[in-house]
Amino acid sequence: MIINHPLLGPRDAQEFVYFGDAALIARPDGLSEGAEATFHDYLYLRDNPAGDHRELWYHEQGDRSWLVVTRNTLTHDITAVELARDVARHMGRGR
Amino acid sequence: MPEHRLKPLTPLGHAAPETVTIGPLTITEVVTTALASLASRRGRAADVAAVAAAQGIPLPGPGRVAAGPTYTAFWLGPDQWMVEAPFASHEDIAAILRPAFADAASITEQTDAWARFDLAAADLPALFERLCGFDLRASPTDAATRTVIEHLGCYLVRRTDTALTIYGPRSSAQSLHHTLTTAARSVY
Repeated sequence: MIINHPLLGPRDAQEFVYFGDAALIARPDGLSEGAEATFHDYLYLRDNPAGDHRELWYHEQGDRSWLVVTRNTLTHDITAVELARDVARHMGRGR
Repeated sequence: MPEHRLKPLTPLGHAAPETVTIGPLTITEVVTTALASLASRRGRAADVAAVAAAQGIPLPGPGRVAAGPTYTAFWLGPDQWMVEAPFASHEDIAAILRPAFADAASITEQTDAWARFDLAAADLPALFERLCGFDLRASPTDAATRTVIEHLGCYLVRRTDTALTIYGPRSSAQSLHHTLTTAARSVY
């Protein structure tokens, strides 16, 4: 499998490590009201789509950037690759 | 000061660096480079660029290497570079760079973490398509990247069409050298 890195171009998937659902970027605030319930959901609940899935990959044997890869779980087609830090900034995160 | 009688050894464990020639390929162990990593602190990219320009340190874009008169740098990751300088004049490279960048960047001494092998041959891609997943044939002549060679995270830095440098973990220098020579014997 080839992952088209937004900075480095097409790279072998062997250089990457799979981490999981991209929803993990949105870590809830542990000090907020009802944090226990939101952390339960954050830790244990995942969608399991048959189709497009946004997931985190880590370019461990490369530039060590985190990527958000949109992969079709039925065909393994990769339709979009973004830097996770860009995705986080679009979600309003400062870093 | 006590007198030290310690003998410096090269990454391959000898008194002098080793050169191997296999057909048209030369593999040279290089010990004359000082290394430091340069990482811009958050929000300080513009300051780092200004200081680097004043110091004559090139800061190439993703996946590239650029050479200056004293310093050569290659890209490691977003806002991070590895800086090379001659060991003879810049043995303490981190201490030389740190005052210039002050609190705009984090600088880490890297010299003895890496073993450097310079490879020169007319057809290097033929060797590297056996060694790693990085497509050397399709890459530009100023490409520099990290990739896996024999399960080791290595930096691959192109110098010219026919010459490149591999930086591998120094503690695995002999394994890396063995891999390079074994692959070279099957190619050339």
